[in-house]
Amino acid sequence: MTLSAEQQIEAFRRMWLIRYFEEAAIRLYGEGRYRGSTHPYIAQEATALGVCAALQSTDVVLATYRGHGAAIAKGADPKAMMAELLGKATGMCKGKGGSMHMSQTEVGFLGCNAIVAGHIAIAGGVALAQQLDGTGAVTACFFGDGASCEGVFYETLNMATLWKLPLLLVVENNEYAISTHVSDAISVPDISMRAQGFGLPGVTVDGRDFDAVYAAATQAVARARRGDGPTLLEAKTVRWSRHSAVAAGGAGGEKADRWKLTDPIPRFRQELIQRGILAEARAAEIERDARQVIDDAAAYAIDSPYPALEELHTDIFA
Amino acid sequence: MRELTYAQAINEGIREEMRHNGKIVVLGEDVGKYGGVFGVTRGLYDEFGAARVRDCPLNEAAIVGCAIGLAIAGRPAIAELEFMDFTTFAMDPITNQAPKLRFFWGGQVSVPLVVRTPIAAGLGFGTQHSQSLEAWLVHVPGLKVVMPSTAYDAKGLIKTAIRDPNPVVFAESISLYSARGEIPDEEYVIPFGKADIKRKGDDVTLVALGPIMPKALQAAEELAQQGVDVEVIDPRTVAPLDIDTIVNSVKKTGRLVVAHVAHKTGGVGAEIAQQVVERAFDSLDGPPVRVAAADVPIAASQRLEQATLPDVAGMMKACLSFRQ
Ligand SMILES: Cc1ncc(C[n+]2csc(CCOP(=O)(O)OP(=O)(O)O)c2C)c(N)n1
Repeated sequence: MTLSAEQQIEAFRRMWLIRYFEEAAIRLYGEGRYRGSTHPYIAQEATALGVCAALQSTDVVLATYRGHGAAIAKGADPKAMMAELLGKATGMCKGKGGSMHMSQTEVGFLGCNAIVAGHIAIAGGVALAQQLDGTGAVTACFFGDGASCEGVFYETLNMATLWKLPLLLVVENNEYAISTHVSDAISVPDISMRAQGFGLPGVTVDGRDFDAVYAAATQAVARARRGDGPTLLEAKTVRWSRHSAVAAGGAGGEKADRWKLTDPIPRFRQELIQRGILAEARAAEIERDARQVIDDAAAYAIDSPYPALEELHTDIFA
Repeated sequence: MRELTYAQAINEGIREEMRHNGKIVVLGEDVGKYGGVFGVTRGLYDEFGAARVRDCPLNEAAIVGCAIGLAIAGRPAIAELEFMDFTTFAMDPITNQAPKLRFFWGGQVSVPLVVRTPIAAGLGFGTQHSQSLEAWLVHVPGLKVVMPSTAYDAKGLIKTAIRDPNPVVFAESISLYSARGEIPDEEYVIPFGKADIKRKGDDVTLVALGPIMPKALQAAEELAQQGVDVEVIDPRTVAPLDIDTIVNSVKKTGRLVVAHVAHKTGGVGAEIAQQVVERAFDSLDGPPVRVAAADVPIAASQRLEQATLPDVAGMMKACLSFRQ
């Protein structure tokens, strides 16, 4: 399955939305406009977009606290996200979730989760519901290399394979779990090798290469829809930014600078221009527009009111 | 009316709800063909099939996590954990996920989940199979915690738990599984947050949780012979807690004893006592008394376990302590 020109351009546009959203998130944090933390998805954009481009609107995505990228890739509204970030009443979760708990169920984004790997078994359950309902929908679950060390990941690998759940387990190997490098934490060179022991396909791709991610995700989705079960898809990527607003962690200095040369967005832009899908001028316009959307979202979020105190007591029980 | 055991009553409640709602899924270890280690899910697999009654590998975290995923995707889920002690492996889904998703996502999902798990205290299973951990759970906003003490209550409450669009931990009692009770022929449910006065009395209020109820009633009968009239209250659900019924009783009796098989320190008894102190201090003739497991791990040896867990004599002594 190949993507139409419009679909590819939309993916490109969303990459810029993510990039500018995260830059704004860092800036607004620095300005003291919200507390807590934020975990930038900068430099990982091609992975979320490559996977989500292979999904339908009726499919479901679950992500981690580093999930703003997955949210935008699945079609969440940047205005509602920005307001959520700032803890405002107009946020997608009424300001109760914040940076690490965004969600927008009506676009199939079943949210961010701040317990590392805590959402993986939940994703399995969503996929089980899809299987039982027979809708043909699939679930994609994003998580990090660090999360792939948690027990519940292995529990879910086993159960999802056993039950042939329509699930994509997308491990974004950005080399670091806060400060811990994969070579100090993981006993195999490729996390996708874990799949062998559980009897499901494991694939490793360059997570900065939109086309490669899209191709692998398309295969995995097709397999899931056929009823053949889950795939473990490892996207090797990097993050040049800090782990979070609070914790530095990870690569810095020269290594990070070198990584910036592999920025997935200019790379995808080049591809689209070479394919004749996108002209230079149009590419620049898309970038400008994306920046404007995010600037507007930030202004909207700043101007929005805080939640009423009554909200403390709502949404606890249905 | 028919007589059913507590285990059969729960089974019947689940069965009825699964007939009403074709979306409900049961999952857990040995719950399918085998019918559950204590037989509570017996026959469900034959009636509803392997898709809806799912034998799972040994992975408590993934069982409850998966049940949450089913629930938020519109399929009410009933997960079984074979002993309450094993909730520890599933504490993230039980405490960080199920009761929180709705809140931090601003009401975008509901979580119709029941985690069924039995308390084994007093049966010689030893340290890691004898704990009553409701106190850990009532501390978590967003969770409901049920502790049925009779077959009748168990059936009515499991049906309410399954219909509830929120996460519920349903703490059964292994020592009660074979206890028989009258079950109406027609369907019924029992609302959460409504205590049941298991025995009326005027002299002392004895609040007893789950598995200790038969002993509490025995203590009350023996005290009646001595002229002490004990009112025995079963909260039935510890979250939400029907504190009004307890406070009203204490206003009448002036004396409060709370009994549970969980350890004393930080137990639900302390919470009930404090709420009564806050609401009915002037009615109390003396400080509330807790009768609970000693603050030591529960030993396997019968002699040691009996010395650890609360018993009839302990409850009688507590009820008489107000007399001086
Ligand atoms: C269960 C749990 N343990 C620890 C943490 C603290 N923590 C937050 S992010 C993180 C690193 C996770 O790394 P990885 O899974 O590789 O994802 P990344 O942050 O790189 O996207 C840690 C240790 C947590 N939130 N949850």
